[in-house]
Amino acid sequence: MAEELFRKSFSILSCNFDKAGENTTEIKALLKSLDFNPDIIRRVVVVAFEAEMNVVMYANRGRMDFVITDEEIRIDITDEGPGIPDIKQAMQEGYSTATDEMREMGFGFGMGLPNIKKHSDFLEIKSDVGKGTTVMAGIRLVPDA
Amino acid sequence: MKLEEIIRILQCRVLTPELDLSMDLSTVLASDGMSEILAFHKPGALMITGLTNIQSVRTADVADVRAIIYIRGKLPNDKTIELARQKKLPVLSTALGMFEVCGILYEKGIKGAM
Repeated sequence: MAEELFRKSFSILSCNFDKAGENTTEIKALLKSLDFNPDIIRRVVVVAFEAEMNVVMYANRGRMDFVITDEEIRIDITDEGPGIPDIKQAMQEGYSTATDEMREMGFGFGMGLPNIKKHSDFLEIKSDVGKGTTVMAGIRLVPDA
Repeated sequence: MKLEEIIRILQCRVLTPELDLSMDLSTVLASDGMSEILAFHKPGALMITGLTNIQSVRTADVADVRAIIYIRGKLPNDKTIELARQKKLPVLSTALGMFEVCGILYEKGIKGAM
């Protein structure tokens, strides 16, 4: 059983584009201060930032749980929102339901979930249409974890 | 290549004159899509984009970008410039378009960071 070393929860507000990404910035600073490998930091911040942006763009509100154990770093995002009717379709690069406003922010080109998948070692997405979505992503710190 | 030299060649307007412009840059990330930047980034690049909102600076910070050039004379708002100042990230604007900027820098030996 992995030993939990650090945990912090962040709340994420819908449509708050000015603040979107602040939580990820905090996570990045923390990982840097703890001397994590730059490649691990790079992967964690891409996962966290994309996940955070997804909540800001699509959900009503959400929470990001950031966890460091002796085996992995986990980013679990739970939101209250419209949910994803077809997760397989949403995972396809280029597929997007973004509005013009989202695209004007430089996001919503159908790369969010594929980016999360590309940069994580494990990923699980559960969604209940009309209720919300949970994205659980992780990056292994040891090869055999 | 020194950022100061890039500023001269591209005739950039410097929007954060108080920040250090003496850094050496050898790679570029050029896109208006922030997920593209995040997906393929290698740290330490110069970012060239037409996206001027606050997410351009947030993405640059997350992607360890060292400076941003906004194209086609676009200017970010004060909030965006202020965040760039806080992050010590020089932001510039050039009248040239993406194609010209990339072509000029490529010719000078700058490589893609994607």
